[in-house]
Amino acid sequence: MIDYDKLINSTVSKLTPSGIRKFFDLASHMEDVISLGVGEPDFVTPWPIREAGIYSLEKGRTHYTANAGLSELRAECAAYMKRKYGAEYHPENEILITVGGSEAIDLMIRTIIEPGDEVLIPEPSFVCYKPCTELAGGIPVIIETREEDNFRLLPWQLREKITDRTKLLVLPYPNNPTGAIMSKADLEAIAEVLKDTDIMVLSDEIYGELQYSDEPHVPFSMIDGMWERTVLVNGFSKAFAMTGWRLGYAMGPESIIKMMTKIHQFGIMSSPTTSQYAAIEALKSCDRDVEMMKTEYNYRRRFITDGFRNMGLSCFEPLGAFYVFPSIKSLNMTSDEFCGKLLEEEHVAVIPGTAFGSSGEGFVRCSYAYSVEEIDEALKRIERFVKKYRS
Amino acid sequence: MEDVLKILEQDSTRSNKNIAGMLGITEEEVATKIAELEKQKVIVGYKTLVNWEKTDREVVDAIIELKITPQRGEGFDKVAERIYKYPQVKTVYLMSGTHDLAVTIEGTTMKEVALFVAEKLAPMDSVISTSTSFVLKKYKQEGIIFEDDEKDTRQVITL
Repeated sequence: MIDYDKLINSTVSKLTPSGIRKFFDLASHMEDVISLGVGEPDFVTPWPIREAGIYSLEKGRTHYTANAGLSELRAECAAYMKRKYGAEYHPENEILITVGGSEAIDLMIRTIIEPGDEVLIPEPSFVCYKPCTELAGGIPVIIETREEDNFRLLPWQLREKITDRTKLLVLPYPNNPTGAIMSKADLEAIAEVLKDTDIMVLSDEIYGELQYSDEPHVPFSMIDGMWERTVLVNGFSKAFAMTGWRLGYAMGPESIIKMMTKIHQFGIMSSPTTSQYAAIEALKSCDRDVEMMKTEYNYRRRFITDGFRNMGLSCFEPLGAFYVFPSIKSLNMTSDEFCGKLLEEEHVAVIPGTAFGSSGEGFVRCSYAYSVEEIDEALKRIERFVKKYRS
Repeated sequence: MEDVLKILEQDSTRSNKNIAGMLGITEEEVATKIAELEKQKVIVGYKTLVNWEKTDREVVDAIIELKITPQRGEGFDKVAERIYKYPQVKTVYLMSGTHDLAVTIEGTTMKEVALFVAEKLAPMDSVISTSTSFVLKKYKQEGIIFEDDEKDTRQVITL
């Protein structure tokens, strides 16, 4: 008999599974559950994009593409970044088309991290930065962001954690799970700390199109002097509601993108061809669809934030992504207990903040990628629950 | 103002409370805005979209394209008015292209609709010609797909 425990890479077996799944597994056995748990758009991919995918299949576009992605798609990505943010990337050697933004994150970390290197990760944040760092032999160094700072990363917090071994900073804004954003001024303050160092930045801007502040989203590479140290990750999943198409991209200095492409070509070869053809259409003609979805998210964002505040929970105003992160500290239970009891008693599924790092204790993540009517019903049940446990 | 209209155009059954939450304003402000919009006839009515196919009621819809001689001093408006006053007339549009007016009519049988066109519309002085097309099936109306099978199929995933 093979002892698999001995066989399996200990780094892999030690990775903690995501805390999100547990609640979903419970919820799937219940009837009439309202879930605010899913972190993907409820919108179906806009029809012109789907149609373009179908058309590419009809035309027999069923082969591999170039490793880095279709050159037409890379050109469209470059044009989109220029048009939308004024950012300049050369389609031939500064852009890589990946299998979702998450592959780009993994590639970037593996490209530069060696055993013992430190990676700075603000938390609460998306669940993959830490395991990807550990798999590359790096050491994740967590920076805990705080509600009173609107979950932004502050320059002094960054400065405090920088050591001789710091090689990479992850900038996950607009943020999942908090909905926090970093304004241009906030980013400039971070740039000020980084400018005399060799620290690279992985700027995960997958929610960049979903920012609701008056001031538009600014890519970190657009901050003075930051282009050369930034790999920008974005994708089609959130803005274009294309999660299932598995398509993202990384943009950055040629030397880094070239190495990322090397890993990509061995592990993936090339991103899904149908998705790439569909994505060209997305970038070319779907600005209006993105705007329409963003308007709808914004309605729901106000609605759900207002709802939590009205039931007396402190809820900082999220200005990005499609999540709210209300505090449940006034109820004297842990996030885990709150979510477990809420699911059991009121059949509402939300995710404990601790799934996104220990600094998420005392908070829960609620997605508003649901209709106003669903959110309304969920809020009614949560309010009943909160009232019961407060008294 | 525009936001209130967009939200109501999507679904007029939404409560003032929900609309207020969506826009970050108070319920009273929503009520005042809606009242104002109704008074200005920006909001002209609230109706329910019914798929009669699913009921026992027989409904026949037809689109009638009309060529018209516009009247001196009144253009097409006077003719349009004489047509839209009939209750069986559901819509009347002034069109560009080969016809002048497009009219939709609802009746219970094809014969009834055809007779209405023959007896009421065709004989009007300024109507030069009519062309009647019956609706056989409705797929989408007012932006709503009648048989929409796009359900929430999101699965359990970690992110």
